[in-house]
Amino acid sequence: MAGRRLKSAFGVVVAATCSGIAASTLLIIFGYVVVQGISAINLPFLLEVPRPVGVTGGGVANGIVGSLLIVGIAGILATPVGVLTGIFLALFGRGALAEGIRFLADVLAGVPSIAIGLFAYTLFVAPFRHFSGLSASVAFAILMLPIIIRTAEEAIRSVPSTVREGALALGMSVYSATVKVILPAARPAIVTGLLLAIARVTGETAPLLFTAFGSQFWELNPNNPMAELALQVFTYAISPYDDWHRQAWAGALVLISVVFLINFFARFALRTRFS
Amino acid sequence: MQPVEPPDAIASLDANLVVDNLSALYGKRLALEGVNLAFPSKAITALIGPSGCGKTTLLRCLNRIHETANLGTVSGRVLLDGQDIYAPEVNPVAVRRRVGMVFQRANPFPTMTIRENVVSGLRFAVGVRSPQHLNEAAERVLRLAFLWDEVKDKLNRPGVSISGGQQQRLCIARALASDPDVLLMDEATSALDPIATAQIEELMVSLAGRYTIVAVTHNMQQAARVSEYTALLLAAEDRVGRLVEFGDTQQMFTKPKDRRTEDYITGRFG
Amino acid sequence: MLAVYASSALFVLIVAGLFAELFSGSWLAMRTFGPSFLWTSHWNPVTNHFGALPLIYGTVVSSAIGILLAGVIGIFAAAYLADFANRFLAQPLTFMIEMLAAVPSVVFGLWGLFVLAPIMRNYVDPFLQAKFGFLPIFQGTIYGTSLLTAGVILAIMIVPTVTAISRDVIKAIPNDLREASASLGATRWETMWKVVLPAARAGIFGALILALGRALGETIAVTMVIGNRPAIAVSLFAPAYSLPSVIANEFTEATADVYLSALIELGLVLFVVSMIVNGLARFLTLTVLRPAGSR
Repeated sequence: MAGRRLKSAFGVVVAATCSGIAASTLLIIFGYVVVQGISAINLPFLLEVPRPVGVTGGGVANGIVGSLLIVGIAGILATPVGVLTGIFLALFGRGALAEGIRFLADVLAGVPSIAIGLFAYTLFVAPFRHFSGLSASVAFAILMLPIIIRTAEEAIRSVPSTVREGALALGMSVYSATVKVILPAARPAIVTGLLLAIARVTGETAPLLFTAFGSQFWELNPNNPMAELALQVFTYAISPYDDWHRQAWAGALVLISVVFLINFFARFALRTRFS
Repeated sequence: MQPVEPPDAIASLDANLVVDNLSALYGKRLALEGVNLAFPSKAITALIGPSGCGKTTLLRCLNRIHETANLGTVSGRVLLDGQDIYAPEVNPVAVRRRVGMVFQRANPFPTMTIRENVVSGLRFAVGVRSPQHLNEAAERVLRLAFLWDEVKDKLNRPGVSISGGQQQRLCIARALASDPDVLLMDEATSALDPIATAQIEELMVSLAGRYTIVAVTHNMQQAARVSEYTALLLAAEDRVGRLVEFGDTQQMFTKPKDRRTEDYITGRFG
Repeated sequence: MLAVYASSALFVLIVAGLFAELFSGSWLAMRTFGPSFLWTSHWNPVTNHFGALPLIYGTVVSSAIGILLAGVIGIFAAAYLADFANRFLAQPLTFMIEMLAAVPSVVFGLWGLFVLAPIMRNYVDPFLQAKFGFLPIFQGTIYGTSLLTAGVILAIMIVPTVTAISRDVIKAIPNDLREASASLGATRWETMWKVVLPAARAGIFGALILALGRALGETIAVTMVIGNRPAIAVSLFAPAYSLPSVIANEFTEATADVYLSALIELGLVLFVVSMIVNGLARFLTLTVLRPAGSR
């Protein structure tokens, strides 16, 4: 018995160690980015555009603005389609069609972002013969869709059935009950899903390589090639210049901070519960 | 649509809501079988019986909300003013506008103010737009529900911000706003304290002259206090609910015709 | 209501279009190289001859290393978080592991390139070579950016997926199983190892498959640490290449039509494989997390 107890205690310790390893990886990586990034971050970094290759200094202001534009447009494209499809799933949850769409959304969530980047390329870059911020937004929108669809569906379903029945009992159609009563009640959870989708694509880089492409200049026209922060971090990191490595860490700090802040906000500030 | 004559056995009562050989299922499970019942107009009928006897299912068949639940189906007829609400050409949404319902737990819509809650049926089911009309309706039904004096200064506060008893009266007001003929109440006081319960009971009695009220209750004293008629449902060994006896409340509680009614009532009171 | 139908239709159209576009884009390469594209090993842009085997090899081996490491750590971590830890430990640990999933892949790549790769080159790889050098996979020159480093980065990136889903699956195992086991005198560990984990087997397998799907498609972080050399080497210390990395690195440089088409075919392979893998994972996790008839 003592041996079995010892073995049990040992197993629990091993399991605890494993979760400790997994969790501490976050601290190690985040710590590194903070330490390396803080020393490299400064006002010019946030306010200037990149200097020519090999010239020290400059910043990623154009990338930050590019990220905001590309992600913003992606959100505008994806939100209506995603939320409405989520409503469809919530309304027709048991039908074969709904099950099919749910399946597609689940598997699309696992399709590599680079494949979706290729799709955006063949649709919006190749025919027009130039890279564009807009094509990146399309890729991001497709990446956001499954997250928005499934969280919208779950949000609508999590509204208590008493609320739904209350609306139906007043003689509302299923559609009015959903749009006028259930959807407003589900809104905080839908917004949470939207924010998580935004956080997801904000950290995304792969599809940008052949959609937004990157730019050294101020570029506010989404029809042109555009700088994007995550892309700049990637380009700088694999470059041979020390100053660019420094800027890559600083950019990573900005990126990870934004992504974490959106996650925190989505998880805590918008958390609502029904009694 | 041709009005249908109510079945002979219950034709003698002045009833605007008649149930004819009604059975209800959840998927393949029969929950309620062969109910024949006429609810007298503008009076309160209590549906009593032990839990699982099908009384709530019966109530939920009267406004066709039963079929909105997972796998709920119905056979038989329910005649509202002589018209079968389960006839194929009848839109269940239209039925629910004429048959209001109040639930076991108050369910004000979480994102709406008190005023918005009260007029939500008018706005989103009936399609009334005029703010003046809506405000008048809100005041009218809040007065009917004995709630106006308590909430008139906070109509723009959330519907969920008032007390449980007030919320339930808010839900009654909400159900009355689209001017139904029938009001269904599903154990509407079971989650409330005695004072709030007394207020709702008083409200029910005052509404009885205007609406046909069907009230499910597990509380037989409440049935005796507020209702003029009572129907007892029981489930036999097979767990299928059936109507045992319907009659004048006084008579049911003092001289029940059926042996099972007597057992149930005395068992409970004794 | 029309908008609801239209959006759902548009969504289906997008997924269908995704497949159609990738397929038509790969048509030229498919016609040129035929199915042997998948099992020949010359990836040579200069001669416009393309065989994807080294890329498939790099993708599969780095993902396998990732799954192996993340599987062990993730399942143990899930067992701890689901059954052993008290709330005050479980909540922050779970939260931290969830946040690890939110770290952008370019940040993993940056850290992998400047921190992990040197550690692997200077400490881990030499250690493995000294202790297990008799195995061919631990022989040869040590580069730092290698299959093994890519595998470790992938493990870090997918451990949150394994942990989160396995934890949900373990939590969904009915408590009476645990109580029955405990009443027979089993220790907490025996209950977990012999009763709970076997009961959760299908769902945990699903979690691993889902994580595998993420690993196969991961692009940026892998590109930064795998070494980017299209050759098959037995040693895990050697640089290699993966399907997504090739697309990422070479797509904008591809000038010949057949080169571009070959890269799109890689994307098609990734798309189809990920659909299959994720479909399988979904089936496995849903049968556990969503008992039949609940929806």
